[in-house]
Order: sequence, then C-alpha cells, then structure tokens
Amino acid sequence: MKRVTTLASALLFTTMLAAGTASAKTLVYCSEGSPEGFDPAPYTAGTTFNASSRPIYNRLVEFERGTTKVIPGLAESWEASADGLEFTFKLRKGVKFHTTSYFTPSRDFNADDVIFSFSRQWKKDHPWNQYTAGVAWEYFDGMDMPALLKDIVKVDDYTVKFVLNRPEAPFIANLAMDFASILSAEYAAKLEADGKKDMINQQPVGTGPFMFVDYQKDAVIRYHAHSDYWGGKQQIDDLIFAITTDAAVRMQKLKAGECHVAPYPPPAEIASLKADPNLDVMEQEGLNVGYLAYNTMQAPFDKVEVRKALNMAINKQAILDAVFQGAGSAAKNPIPPTMWSYNNETVDDTYDPEAAKKMLADAGVSDLKMKIWAMPVQRPYNPDARKMAELIQADFAKVGVGAEIVSYEWGEYLERSKAKDRDGAVLLGWTGDNGDPDNFLAVLLGCSAVGGNNRAQWCYKPFEDLIQKAKTLPTNDQREPLYAEAQKVFKEQAPWATIAHSVVFMPMSKKVSNYKMDPLGSHRFDGVDIAE
Amino acid sequence: MLRFLASRLLLLVPTFIGISIVAFGFIRLLPGDPVLLMSGERSLPPERHEELLRQFGFDRPIWEQYFTYLWKLLQGDFGISFKTKAPVLNEFLTLFPATVELAFCAMLFAVIFGIPAGVVAAVRRGSVYDQSVMGTALVGYSMPIFWWGLLLIIFFSVTLQWTPVSGRIGLVYFFKPVTGFMLIDSLLSGQKGAFTSAVRHLILPTVVLGTIPLGVIARQTRSAMLEVLGDDYVRTARAKGLAPFRVIGIHALRNAMIPVITTIGLQVGTLLAGAILTETIFSWPGVGKWMIDAISRRDYPSVQSGLLLIAGVVMLVNLIVDLLYGLIDPRIRHGR
Amino acid sequence: MSDAAATVADTRKTGRMTLLTEFWRYFSENRGAVAGLAVFLFVVILAVFADVIAPHAPHEQYRDAFLKPPVWQVGGDYRFILGTDAVGRDILSRLIYGSRYSLFIGVIVVSISLTLGVTIGLFTGYFRGPLDNAVMRVMDVFLSFPSLLLALVLVALLGPSLTNAMIAIALIQQPHYVRLTRAAVMSEMVKDYVTAAKVSGVGRLRLMFVTILPNCMAPLIVQAALSFSTAILDAAALGFLGMGAQPPTPEWGTMLADSREFVTRAWWVVTMPGIAILVTVLAINLMGDGLRDALDPRLKRS
Repeated sequence: MKRVTTLASALLFTTMLAAGTASAKTLVYCSEGSPEGFDPAPYTAGTTFNASSRPIYNRLVEFERGTTKVIPGLAESWEASADGLEFTFKLRKGVKFHTTSYFTPSRDFNADDVIFSFSRQWKKDHPWNQYTAGVAWEYFDGMDMPALLKDIVKVDDYTVKFVLNRPEAPFIANLAMDFASILSAEYAAKLEADGKKDMINQQPVGTGPFMFVDYQKDAVIRYHAHSDYWGGKQQIDDLIFAITTDAAVRMQKLKAGECHVAPYPPPAEIASLKADPNLDVMEQEGLNVGYLAYNTMQAPFDKVEVRKALNMAINKQAILDAVFQGAGSAAKNPIPPTMWSYNNETVDDTYDPEAAKKMLADAGVSDLKMKIWAMPVQRPYNPDARKMAELIQADFAKVGVGAEIVSYEWGEYLERSKAKDRDGAVLLGWTGDNGDPDNFLAVLLGCSAVGGNNRAQWCYKPFEDLIQKAKTLPTNDQREPLYAEAQKVFKEQAPWATIAHSVVFMPMSKKVSNYKMDPLGSHRFDGVDIAE
Repeated sequence: MLRFLASRLLLLVPTFIGISIVAFGFIRLLPGDPVLLMSGERSLPPERHEELLRQFGFDRPIWEQYFTYLWKLLQGDFGISFKTKAPVLNEFLTLFPATVELAFCAMLFAVIFGIPAGVVAAVRRGSVYDQSVMGTALVGYSMPIFWWGLLLIIFFSVTLQWTPVSGRIGLVYFFKPVTGFMLIDSLLSGQKGAFTSAVRHLILPTVVLGTIPLGVIARQTRSAMLEVLGDDYVRTARAKGLAPFRVIGIHALRNAMIPVITTIGLQVGTLLAGAILTETIFSWPGVGKWMIDAISRRDYPSVQSGLLLIAGVVMLVNLIVDLLYGLIDPRIRHGR
Repeated sequence: MSDAAATVADTRKTGRMTLLTEFWRYFSENRGAVAGLAVFLFVVILAVFADVIAPHAPHEQYRDAFLKPPVWQVGGDYRFILGTDAVGRDILSRLIYGSRYSLFIGVIVVSISLTLGVTIGLFTGYFRGPLDNAVMRVMDVFLSFPSLLLALVLVALLGPSLTNAMIAIALIQQPHYVRLTRAAVMSEMVKDYVTAAKVSGVGRLRLMFVTILPNCMAPLIVQAALSFSTAILDAAALGFLGMGAQPPTPEWGTMLADSREFVTRAWWVVTMPGIAILVTVLAINLMGDGLRDALDPRLKRS
C-alpha cells in the first residue's frame, strides 16, 4: 500500500515536472562539490550547508540575506533574562514541513521539533545521538554548546526556553548557524519506527524554502519550491545543483549557459568573466583572514621590534597581485572588514625594507635564519601558500633574513604548528562561523588557545582582558569599543603579519536577479529570481 | 576449459588477499591522524579526539585492525565513509556504472578505430597512410590527457558550443536510474531527446579517455601484424595463393590478436587511471573522481575499500583476458 | 626450417662493429626515428647546458612582468620570448630547466622497471611451474591497481615529491614488462629455433638471455618507449592532482598543472609546457620505433 502511494506521488511529480517544463522557472547552480549528507548538523563544510541547511531547513533565528544581522526565523521573537542566562523564544505558528514522495507530515512545526533538533546533538543517551556509525556533532561541540547549555525547556507548544551556564553574548548568533537547523521530530519518529534512521541524512524533510526531490551522487541535486513556505513560495520553481568540482570547467559551463550561477572562479578568469556580456560578477570580502604567525615564545620573535621589522619587510601588494590575482585585499586587522567592530583607525605596517633592516640591526639581530611554514592546501584566505611563502622568502632575503620554506601534509601541519616550541613562522588563516568578532579574536589570539589555535603562542594580558570583558556584555554596542581597542593592541604587538582577506567573486548569468552575496560565505537561493 | 576456469578462479584468492593487504597496509600507513584531518583548522578537545580514535578503532594494533577489516569484508561490510557516513560499498556501486559506461565507450572507441587502423597500416607498411596513422597514434598517446580535455572543452564546448561542457545528461531530463548506465536509462525513460543528450555528453570524455588506448592499440596491432605477416605460415598461406583478405583476416589477425588482447587487458588499468583525470575534468560522477576526493580527504574506509574494489574489477578483467588467450591459442591452454 | 637458428649462428659470426653499422643503417632508414633522435639530442643538450642556455634563472621572479605574453604578441617583452607566468618567471627558462626533470623521470623509471621486469619475466616464462604462478599472482596484485591510482596512494603515503612519484611509477610499470616478457617467452618457447638450440646443447641462461630474449625485444622496446612517455605523463598527471613534483620546481607537468587556471586568459602559460611534453614524448616514441625496426631480427628480413 505504502509503496503504491510512493510510486503514485513519484509519478505525479514526474508528470508535474514534465508538464511544467515549459513554464517552470529553473535555476541551475554549478556547485563546487558534493554534499556530505543532507542532515547539516554532523558536518562542517560550507558545500554541505549550501545543499542542506540553506535550501531545505530553517532555524529559530536567521541571518538576514546579505548581512550578518540576526533576524527572526522559526521563532517570531525572543527575549533574554536580565542576568543573560535565559533566552525565551516564541515560535511561529502554521509553519508547514515539506510534503514529499517519502513523507507526509500530519502536523505543523512546534516546540517538539526544536527540542528534538538540539537534544540529539547534546544528550549522549538520545536515541538519535548515534543514529548512524561515526556521527559526530562537530559544530555543536566546536561552538562549545555542551558546556554552554544548561537546559532546553518546552514551556508550551509554541514557547521554548534555553537556559545557559554563563552569559554568552554570541549565543543568539550561534542559533542562526547551520547546525542549529530544525528537523521534523515526526519524520524522525517515523524513520525510527521503520528502522531506517540513516535516511534522515539522505531524504531530508524541513520547513525551508525548497524541498528535496532527488540526489544523484556526485552529479545532480534537485529541489522544488516549497509551495506552503511560511515566508511565501519562491519565485523560481526548480532549483538544480549541478556538481562541478573543477573550477575551470565550472566557469566554462557558466559561459556556455549550462548553469546560471557558479561559485569560486579561478582568480585568473575574473577579468574574462567580467568582460562577458552575458554575465555579472558580484564581489565581496570574505569573512576570513590569512596571516603569518610568528612564534612569540621563540627568540628572537619574542621581541616586538623583530616582529614589526619583519612585517615591514613583507611586500603585501606583490602578494595580492601574484597569489590572489587581485582577488584579495590587504589585511591590517585580524578580523575582516565585513565584520562589525572592525577598527578602520589602525594603521598598517608600511612596506619599507630599509627601515626594517635598521630595526633588526637596532634589536641586535643579525644573520637571522628562520623557517616559514607553507600550508599544503588551498584555502579561501590563502589560495597558494607555497607561492606566498616564496614571495615572503624573497622579501626577507632583502633585509638579510634567510628563510627556509617547510611544509607538511595537512593534518601534520595543523598539529605540528600548534606546538609551543614550534620552529618558525606559520602561514595559516581562519574563516568565521557566526559573524561574531569573538569567533576570531578569542579563538585565535586568546590565552586559552595557546598550544592550540593560537599559532603565535601569544598570551598578552591587556588584549586578553579586553576580549574576555567583551564576551560578558549583553549588547553589541557595548562590546564594539572593546574589540576596537583589542585590534589596536594587536597591531602594536604584531604577533602576526596580517596578510590578506580574500575577495569572494560570484559570477552569474544576467538573467539572475536579486542574488545577494552572503558575508558568511554561504550560497543561498531564497528570494532569487530568474528571467525566462 | 572448465577445469582451466576453475583453476584460474582459485588463483584469484591469494591475489585478492594480496590486494587487501596492500590496500589496507598502504592506507593505514598514511601519515596524519584521520581524526585531526576531519577537524581541520578548528581542532578538537583531546578527550573528543581520543573518543573518535576509539570509535573508529584506530587505537588498536594494526594487525588486529586488518583482521577485523578482513572479517568484515567477508561479511560484505566494506566500512562506512568518514565523509558521508554511508556504507562505502553503496557509494561505490552507485558511482561505478558511470565509470564502466565511460570506460567501455572509450575502449570501444579505441578498438573500433585502433585495430583497423593498425591492420591497414601494417599491410600498407611504409605508405603515406601508414606514416600518418602512426604519427597520429604517436601524438595521441603522447598527450597529457587532462590538458587535452581542457583544450577540447574550450574548443568544442565553449567556443563552438557543439557539445556540453560536463555532466552525464541534460538537466531537463530527470528519471530514476534503473541500470545506472545513462545510455540505457535514457532509452528506458522514454523521454524525447534524453538519449541524444546522453550521447552528446559522452562524446568528449570518451575521446579524451580513449585517446591513449587508441594510440597504443593501433601501434600494437600494427606491430603484431607485421610480425605475423613475416611468419612462415603466413608466407606459406600467401604462397599457396590464398586470397589476401583471408590471409590477413583469418590467419594473420588471429595470431596477431594475442599481444593485442594482452594490450587491451593491460589498458583496463590505464583506462581506470585515466578515468581519474577524465572524470575530474568532466565532472563525471564516477569512482575515479570519488577516489581522488577520498584520498585528499583521508577518508580511510573509502580509499581502502575503493582500492580493493577497483583492484578487484581489474583482476576480473585480467582473468577474462587470460581466458580469451586460452580460446584463441589452444597451445597455452593445454600447456598448463 | 631453421631460418632463425641460422640467424643466431650469423650473429655469432659477425663482429660488434658490423652489428652497430648494420643497426645504424636500419635505424637511419627510418626518417621519423632520425628526426626523433635529433629532437631528443636537442632536449638532452638543453638539459645538460641549461645553466648556459637559459636566459634567466628558473626561479627569478620579475615583479614588473606578471603574465607577459610571448614576444610575438601585443604586449610581449623581448626579455621573455615565451612570456612569463603568474609570478613573473620566464617560461622559456623554466622549460629549459624543466627538460632535466622530464628526462630524469623517464630514464629512472624505465631503467628500474625494465631491468626488474624483464629479468622476472624471463625466469618465470622459461621455468613456469609454481614459482611462475606465485610471481604472477604478485604481479596481478600490482597490475590490479590502476597505475595512477596506486601512484597517488603511494605518493600520499610517502609525501608528495618527485622522487616518490618516480618510485611509485616505476613500481607500477614493471609488471607490464614481466607480463610481456613472459608472454613472448612462452610463445617463443614452442618455436623450432628454440628446440634446435636446446637440442644442440645451449646452456639455460644463454638460451634465455641470448637465444630467446632478442626475439622478444620488439614488444619490449615498444613498451619501453611507451613507458618513457607514460612516466612523464603520469608524473604530470600527479602534478595536476597536486601529488607530483612540488612547485616551484620547473617540472613541465607541474608547470602545466600550476597554471591551468589561466587556460582562457593567458594561453601561453598552459600551452607551452603542454607542447614541450608532447614534443619530447613524441621524439622519444619515434626513436623507440626506429630502435624496434632496427633491432628486430625478423622484421629486418621482410
């Protein structure tokens, strides 16, 4: 019986598609890779989120399209208690889950779905905590949620209260992140009853603007607009992800009209894409920073003057030209300019090899030999670490510093570079998660991160006090001056040579309208339209 | 013949064990802690790290891990991918038909053009035809195929827009896979234009992947034919006044086929290797691209079992080549 | 009847010099082979005298000249005849230095795999029996992995570098020689001249290496030529996938891979190394053909 309905709905859908081909608006997005799965919470890759959490799901709060501002999502409103330890969310009523060939919801979204979506990640004894072998809740754990959460209480069907162990200003922003996507508890119960729990990762059901139709592994993902979407039906009817891993080929497909939007163009092609009369190229600074971290525990890099002198020896413009091919902007602060609290007052170290040479001599440093660590992989904040290291090597040579380039395989590199007694300066970077400055400053430069993500091994009391205080203040207006000051302290102390922020380009067909680039780096197609 | 087949099948067992040792050993000796790679720049607290190591069994001695692995293999459990958390065997089986389809078409392309070209070149040895065919064959297999693929895409897909840039079928066609082979599925779907679209998507990848085998086969056929044409029995047959076609087609070609079939058999590995590049360039959703991805992500279970499965396939093809030997040259069969 | 046995006898009689002269006579008849040899010698000269010939150092970055087109194009610079790459290095110089790497890869890989493979193949093909079976199973294990795939995994295991890439490629190629040698030996073994030699009491090693091996050379030489090119191409493919010689090494494959993102904007950056590979490999293969024609004792007669 069930099989018959499934078949019938599948047939219905196919005819719907067939009948609709003439008038249906289809947007084809050439995505850069395959999603790891369709349950966003166990994963950390943006590629996965673009295919799962963004089209299929909603969260209690959402990032406004094109900004890092947090706006209501499945929660219509929320309020914080005076001590900053309790957040109460009023849930939106009448929100429909997707009706698909494999699931028909019998009820609207309610508090049970919220409790389910978080408990499964939080409680080790939850039946969904290990729903398939090797599931790990990387982001939930990574954002320190287990330590932060004290309780999640269902007050009534449409009210949920989060109780925290300590006041944490960035918490609301965390809830807008992908791992906080709300899944259907009813669908989960059905899968559990059928003994097919792992299907939640392959046949997703959400409340989002698009519903999942089909996935042909490593080839095509198909979505259809959710006709009962609480935010109104999308203007495009079908959304197709054509998975095209090779960047050059992706651009060729775009030029040939085989897809409408294609991310991550190779920097060298941007000029030709801009020149193409059928294409628009949008651009924005990415939420990232690439840096060279000295080991501030190692002599002579424990001296501020030495670090400053080396910073002055680096010709950033040459790096931007050669490594980023113009797809980067010089970094002066450890946070990107699209982030609130960015301190535009800080003055960058000027490129001046002569002065640098003199500073080194004054500091009593001569015949300095050092290592530069170059990452073996391509990252948004550093498209070619090897090339960057070569350029820096040449720059250092001009001020009499002999640099040797070393590299390790990626896992080794990450691990070895953490060591407090690491020899040399390391090239690395960071991409932000939730648009909060704490996500850069505390994670990368805080005292507790020494021997870990703090690759400069830099623990400096005045800086640490500023960022710790900022974390406890309830509003962003109050936090902002503290972060601005922290950036100034950072620049004076120069634990890193801040190198660049990538500039993200998004080429698309001129037919596409209303696309907004996301400062957080995701690719969202809600609210986008396409001309016939 | 049956006994021959049985003995060859029996011989596959040690080979298979050898392959499993190689696949397992190589991967487990890779530097880098898999759990570290999974967490990337973000890194995990040490307890969580330990927990994950335990969960995947990396804390146990390597021989124990191997036997656990082998035991699970025997039960048809090829492990769970780190990346997708799905069974590796399922992933492989989903993607494998795409690779088979591409490799088969490429081989067909190479054989259809390569053998006749080689035969005619041998018969007309030294002619302009011979020289140009052999020249082309040389250029063919001297080609860095990823470069060749990009050039073809730029010329035929971007500039002329004759063929699609990548993918297996036009996106307007949507049907559930039945066999996994797009050419067959598109016919079964009954949708107008689907088959043509699938063919158009196959052309460039086929040519790119078939280029090296084409060169090799044409050359090998020519060289084998030349040897055979010089042999006593062919000369005898010629002297007896048999028609040239009969001499070339039956006597010579049959004997020349032994090295040619060896070559074709050996080319299967080359084809799968080429598929890694071709699939990468054309975004072809096959096992080659999947393996590259798995290697670069250190997805241990996928690399391990992927190697094993791919090697298993090559092994089977080698068996078939051996059997064909037996069919073509009875002396070898009886010689065993 | 014993035409071939007669050849063996002839060979014994004639001196080494006449053999070489005869070889050159046959080799030089093949115009393609001579052309190949000329190009190959040219590449060898480039490789040996790279320091003198190359106009620039291979790693010198001219910051005033990123992505300069070749001299004949608008915007070209006479200093950089074939243009510059993305960090302002002279492509011509890099290609000249790169010839060292490509030849080196080819020579090393072929020497290792040929020596190993032919020896193993001869013995197993001649003696057959259980040892043959065991060896062939080991070869089957190697052959069962697509070359590039095993090379990729090996390189990932050993760490991406040119040396490791060469070791991996050589290991992967030797079973081809084993199989070819063995198959050829097996089909030669039943021929009359072998029987004749056996009857006349020729020793085993001599029979294997002197009587049989020369008659198996044709496919082996074709294979050696093939594997020289395959070695260069596989190394390039490994580079393309980020697992071969590491930048800034001016290895052609790595140069090609390094700059492939410029394929539509700066065609020369991608095209030049591609052409260099193609020409060199073509030349080697042409030579291989000439060698085969000149060496094969039976083809000579026809």
